[in-house]
Amino acid sequence: MRFSSIIWKEWLVLKNKFISTTLGAIVGPLLFLVAFGWGLGNAVEIDGGSYIDFVIPGIIAMLTMTTSFNVVANDINISRVYSKTFEAVMIAPIKTAVFVLARVTASALRGLYGAALILVIALLFGANLHIDWYFVLVLILNCFVFSTAGIIAGIIVDSHADMAKITSFVITPMSFLSGTFFPLDRFPDFLRVIFELLPLTQAIIGLREGVSAAGSWIVPVALFGYLIVMLPISVILCRRAE
Amino acid sequence: MIVYKGVSKTYSNITAVHDLNMEIQKGEFFGLLGPNGAGKTTIIRMTMALTPPTSGSIEIGGQKIRRDSTDIKQKFGIVPQYSNLENDLTAYENLEFHGRLYGLPKQLRRRRIDELLEFADLTSRKKDIARTFSGGMQRKLMIAKTLMHDPEIMLLDEPTVGLDATTRRKIWDFLRQLRENGLTIFMTTHYLEEAQALCERVGLIDEGNLIMLDTPEKIIQSAGQFVLDCYQNGKTTQKFFEDRESAIAAAEQTEGSFKVREANLEDAFIKLTNKDLGVRNEI
Ligand SMILES: Nc1ncnc2c1ncn2[C@@H]1O[C@H](COP(=O)(O)OP(=O)(O)O)[C@@H](O)[C@H]1O
Ligand SMILES: [Mg+2]
Repeated sequence: MRFSSIIWKEWLVLKNKFISTTLGAIVGPLLFLVAFGWGLGNAVEIDGGSYIDFVIPGIIAMLTMTTSFNVVANDINISRVYSKTFEAVMIAPIKTAVFVLARVTASALRGLYGAALILVIALLFGANLHIDWYFVLVLILNCFVFSTAGIIAGIIVDSHADMAKITSFVITPMSFLSGTFFPLDRFPDFLRVIFELLPLTQAIIGLREGVSAAGSWIVPVALFGYLIVMLPISVILCRRAE
Repeated sequence: MIVYKGVSKTYSNITAVHDLNMEIQKGEFFGLLGPNGAGKTTIIRMTMALTPPTSGSIEIGGQKIRRDSTDIKQKFGIVPQYSNLENDLTAYENLEFHGRLYGLPKQLRRRRIDELLEFADLTSRKKDIARTFSGGMQRKLMIAKTLMHDPEIMLLDEPTVGLDATTRRKIWDFLRQLRENGLTIFMTTHYLEEAQALCERVGLIDEGNLIMLDTPEKIIQSAGQFVLDCYQNGKTTQKFFEDRESAIAAAEQTEGSFKVREANLEDAFIKLTNKDLGVRNEI
């Protein structure tokens, strides 16, 4: 009940801006697919396949990451610092853990909606995607991991300017260093190992290689591990947030 | 009902609240009166576990309040100093969200929303987005919202600050009505006439210290029922007297312009906070 009240409110806010949100969620993927798909797609080959097939899973994971993260991080931040609606929920009879789970879920659903739009566009571009249960599972976990990260960022950061710093120093570098646009084996070994540990890298490996690849179980386990570590942290931070 | 035991709150180098000891009783209309920066908002925020006290404890019905004290929170209605409305939602949706958050079943929710929109004069504006409302309408919507779940205790932080005189009187009537319905009300204000008009007991607070806590009448009596305002050399000073006669007698001894009148809470506040100086503070 309390859980669904938070989801309901987020849905209401989204519904009021549904068209602009949807259009906004389409622009990014379109630009990426035009640039890397049409622009480079057939001209470049990577590991014996076409570049468009290589890059699309990366773009999907990256864009769902930024949507899941940004929506909740900015909203929590604004609701704490400016609109004070965060306080309204903190004085309400809802357990902090329930609130956090609901916000994470709402934001992850937003990310998944974005992902669905991207998939449609990617398929229109003629991408070769094997969309099975494994693909969807990795996508869902990716959304949940970055929604939780978004909650943490929204709580620890006290201004919009600092939020921009998190984007510049964490989210944007991760977008480029997770094997999104080129294979990680182009990096020296010690860097490659570090970058492979990043959650976005794991998601991209999962989407790109699929369930039949060797060690495919590692990806969901790694993402789930991130989630299990970050969720309690976000609840504790939220309980202390002012 | 709400017991403050040695509550202090320090922000890096400012002591916002210092060793507060008081109790809000069930069913009373209690007011905390003090100037800006006295620590009123900090006390309200600590009461709802929005910020922890640096030392001391706050108990509500014998239980310490925490962020996850959902049972206690269900009984509270809180109107903060600044709007906490969902700006992108309509008046109706704001009430509905609150009802869901507090676990009201659908039927009851719908009925309460209609009643409260009526109560707050907002029925005709129910489909308008909250951000388009005037300050007074927002405040009324905030009060209506907190009444959705039928709280036993209302906490209001400066509920009329920044409102015009008419709207303020309306909110006063609103609050009186709630009091008649048996709610416990804890309000803060920096308007003395508001405290005097509404509150059964008033705590005077200044720079984080609770200076006095009593009925408005007793507080005024303790300062002296009558005041002699003397204006001399560009400065107004006040002298307090037990009765009108001695005030008039003293007035005859003074030079410059003077006025004898009945004391009010503001006078008491000034006398209690600035005993020796007699300088007029703005409260
Ligand atoms: N978050 C905060 N950080 C630092 N100082 C604060 C904070 N909140 C309040 N204060 C300080 O505590 C004192 C009391 O503030 P407040 O409780 O808001 O007073 P009031 O509500 O009576 O105007 C003021 O000096 C204020 O500057
Ligand atoms: Mg205040």
